[in-house]
Parts: sequence; structure tokens; C-alpha cells
Amino acid sequence: MSTKVMTSSTARPDAPPVAAGSRRSARRPPILPTVLGGYLPMLVIVLVVGLPLAWMVLSSFKQVSEVITLHLRVLPQHWSFANYVEAFRTAPFGRFFLNSVLVTAVGATLKVLLAIHTAYALVFVRFPFKNVIFVALLVALMVPPQVAILPNYVLIAGLNGLNTYWGIIVPSLGTAFGTFLLRQAFRSLPISMIEAAEVDGAGHMARLWRMVVPITAPSIATVALVTIVSEWNEYIWPLIITTDPNLMTLPVGLTLLQNNESGPAGYGVMMAGAVIVILPVLVVFTFLQRYIVAGLTAGSTSN
Amino acid sequence: MSAAVPAPRRRRISRRARRDALVFLAMALPNLVLVGAFTYRPLILNIYYSTLNWTLGSPSATVAGLGNYVRFFTSDAAGVVLTTTAVFAVFTVGGSMLLGLLVALSLNTRLPGRTLARASVFAPYVLSGVGVGLVWLFIFDPVYGVFAYVLRQFGLESPRWFNDPTLSLVMVIAVYVWKNLGYCAVVYLAGLQSLPTDILEAASLDGAGRMRRFWYVSLPLLGPTTLFLLITTILSSLQAFDLIKIMTPTSEGTRTLIYEAYVQGFGAYQRAGYSAAISVILFVILITLTIIQIAWVDRKVHYA
Repeated sequence: MSTKVMTSSTARPDAPPVAAGSRRSARRPPILPTVLGGYLPMLVIVLVVGLPLAWMVLSSFKQVSEVITLHLRVLPQHWSFANYVEAFRTAPFGRFFLNSVLVTAVGATLKVLLAIHTAYALVFVRFPFKNVIFVALLVALMVPPQVAILPNYVLIAGLNGLNTYWGIIVPSLGTAFGTFLLRQAFRSLPISMIEAAEVDGAGHMARLWRMVVPITAPSIATVALVTIVSEWNEYIWPLIITTDPNLMTLPVGLTLLQNNESGPAGYGVMMAGAVIVILPVLVVFTFLQRYIVAGLTAGSTSN
Repeated sequence: MSAAVPAPRRRRISRRARRDALVFLAMALPNLVLVGAFTYRPLILNIYYSTLNWTLGSPSATVAGLGNYVRFFTSDAAGVVLTTTAVFAVFTVGGSMLLGLLVALSLNTRLPGRTLARASVFAPYVLSGVGVGLVWLFIFDPVYGVFAYVLRQFGLESPRWFNDPTLSLVMVIAVYVWKNLGYCAVVYLAGLQSLPTDILEAASLDGAGRMRRFWYVSLPLLGPTTLFLLITTILSSLQAFDLIKIMTPTSEGTRTLIYEAYVQGFGAYQRAGYSAAISVILFVILITLTIIQIAWVDRKVHYA
């Protein structure tokens, strides 16, 4: 990540002088201020974010002797998968990964479906008290999930949901965030179009899946991506609801790894674990960051 | 639906209305039931639990009335927990907003590469707090960490982050700011880019320099953005859990309200009633802030 910016900043002198040229006073962009005021801060920003993550990746491929040393080297002397092997040996990491994939896939799919249907009903189907229902959802959006942990634990434990997939997934399925965002998107659709489809005899489901969903696909993608990322990272609930390693998700499994591998000797293995939980999200974010940023900053004055 | 409508037509409308209502319920009810069961129900139950003397998992509980609240507020813990929560909130919010604004200002250019920088600064915000916490624990290790290594090159010794409660808190605050400042940066950047250019140009024509334009024009115009960020970042800071739990497993120095509620309820003591009382206190603080947000900030943000 950091190397990309380094090359672009070294390539800077022969880059076309578009940037500062728009300023009235300077006919030619002054190189030094552009570099100091424009590129230096950018470089610092990218390095401050990129270096710790690069360090994580590099360390995960180092041997113990290179991790526990006072004479640091940037690159591993012999690239080694030993930390990954060790992580899979001391904890069922393959299982954690599969559990995370399963919980994220099922949880996010159901959540997005629930959000789509609720939003459609709120916008296009006649029903009394729709505004009251919407406000109730809006209030739920503001209830921090952490406050609900204890009663939900008591309920799920009472239903024998400890150490089960449904126990991990179900309590967070009800979605106010997705419903709220999609309601906004659906409301921007021209009513006349929907009515035309109604006249043509299309039922609600046909209208939803053949018209509304395809047209608002970008908004649905935004909700889906934000939901996927937050399901993948979810920590406190799976931490409480699982004690059996076979059902733990990656973040919870990492806690287990941290307990098993205490002491500096475990850093390499922990970095391998951190790579496994961080890298998938980083890859998704790299390609689809526009949607994710838009979804997570929705509600700010900019939107 | 007035009485003047002829009978047969009214029946048709009401049949249609009933069908619509059924469609509505079929589509929305599952979600509404889930939100009710797992958001509203626990909210009310928590208040009830907080009046009980109850060990988690035990079949019996005795009524404690307001005993749990009295116990919390009269114990030494209250001072520690409330101070820690406040310190954590003030420094994480101040840090991420200030640095976020600085980053936003430096990215508010047309230079190529700004999109990459904007994405980079936002990236930590979407990463697992557990993973990020582990990475920084390694970096901050007083002996084998990179940070200690860099300090050694200058003949300095690394602070003992893991053994001193104050330093532990400083460490977690620093990492939290690293992870969250990108959110503030992106929101501020959007705010900066939507500033009316004619006002800035007018100020510029009047001879105002960069600093004066920023202090007297941009910053006041960013007022609503600042207010929005202030409330939302306080709310998320009060709910911070992942980083705190993974970086300070013993809660030494980092007993914020939410972490204390977790430790009391799900730690060794399993004091469910006491934990619920702390959650209720946290909820009261959060809902107060939310009401302030609705009353002040949301006038500028339209939900509809």
C-alpha cells in the first residue's frame, strides 16, 4: 500500500502540472509548496495507516527468532508460513474462518432481505400507523446494541442457544440501519413508474424484484457491504454466546489465540491471526470503498 | 372512508385495504418482531434486572430495589469508572476530530493521489477492532515492539504500556484515534467540499490569507458538521469495546462504563443485576446525547 504512494510521489516531477494550475495567482505550479503542502501530508497519512498493517503482514511471515529480537529487520529473512501453521495447530483456525464466513453470509443475506422488504412495505404498501412504525425503527437505530447484551444472553441461553449458529446470528438480524437507508433510496423513485407497473398487473413482489431492486442496486450494495463488514467484525455478542471453539468466529477465536499464545513468542502467530481477520475486509474495501464509505457516513450533513 | 360512500364501493376499498395490510405485515413483520424482541425487549428488561440481586445463571434472585445503583455510586468504582469513561471520551473524540479536520484540510486538493489517501485514512475504521488491537499490542511491546526499537535508536526507553494503568489508557486512546479519525476526516472533507466557493473567493478578494479564511469563514461554516461529528463520535466512543477488551484484558486502567458492565456481568463475579444497573446508567447517558442530537443537529439533517 505504501509503495504505491512512494512511486507516485517520486514520479511527481514529470507529472502533468494540472493540480495547482487552477489557482489564479500562479501560472506554473510551484513545485516546492505543492510537494510540501500537498504531497507530504498525503504521504504521511498513507504511511501512518499503511506501515502498521505492512508490519503485521511482514511479521506474520517471520520466524520466532526474527520476531523476538532487539535488532529488527523489515523483511523476513526466510519467508515462512510457520506462524500460520502454528495458528491452525493451537486453535481450530480453519473452523473459525468457516464459522465467520457462514455467520457473515447467512446473517448479512437475511438482514439485507429483511431490510429490503421492510423498506418496500414502508414506502409502497398502504398501512395505518406507518409513521409510528418508522419512528420506532429510528429509535431502535439509536439504541446501542451493547446495552441489550445481558437480557439477550439470558433469553438465548434459556432457549438453549449457547454455542449454536442461530444463537450467534438471530439476535442481530432485526435491522433498523438497512431499513432506514433503503427507505430513503426507495422514496426517491418516481411513484408514477410503480403505479404504471401496478396497472399492468404486476404484484408487489414483481414490482419489488423487477423494478425497485434493480434500480436501487447501488443503495442495496451499500447496505449489503456495510452489513457484511460489520457482521464479519462483530465481537461482543459472539464472544459472550460461544464458549466452544468449534463455534467461535474469527475475532473470538483470536481472543482464544491471544490467551494461548501469551508472551512475546506468540506475536508472530497473533499477527498471522490478525492477517486472517483483517485482510479479507481490506481487500473488499480496496475495491468497493466508495459504497462502504458512503454507507458508513450516511446521516452526516454531506448526504 | 366517509359514511357517504355507497356501500358496495366501501366494501371493495376495505377488502383492498385489508389485502394491503396483509402484504405490509408479511413484508415488514419479521423485521419488526426481531427489532422488538432483541432491541426493545432487552431495553426494558435491563431496567428490571437492575433492581435485582442476581448472579448470572442462578435460578433465584432477590429484590434489591435501587441497591445496585446505590452500591455503584457509593463504591470507589464509580469514581474510577466515570472518570475513565470521561477521559477516554474526551481524548478519543478530541483527538479524532482534530486530526480528522487536519487530514480533511490536507486532502481538500485536486492533486492526484487524494482518492488513495482518502481511502487509506478511512480503511482502519472498517477493520476488526480485535485484529487492529493485536497488531498495536505487538508494535507497543516495550521490549520487542517497533515503537520501542525506534525509541532505542534515540537512546530512549519505551514506556511500560502494559503495566501502568495510566499508560494503558493512553495506549488504547491512541489506537482508538488511529482507527477512527478517518471517519471524521471523510465527513469533514465532504463538509469542506460543500462550502460555498463564492464566500471563500470574496474573502480571498478582500485580502484574507489562508489562515484567516479558515478561522473566520470555513470553520464557522463547518459548524453543523462539527456538531454532528461531536455527538456521533461521543456516542461511538462510549460504546467502544473491542479494542479495550483485547488490549487490556485485565481492564487495568481502562474500566469504562461499557467494559465495567461486561466485566461485572460476564467476568468472574457474574453480577447480572449490578451489570444491568451499569448498562442502564450508560443508556441514560447515551439517550440524553441522542436527544440533544435530534434537537440540535438533525434540524440540519433531513431524514425524510
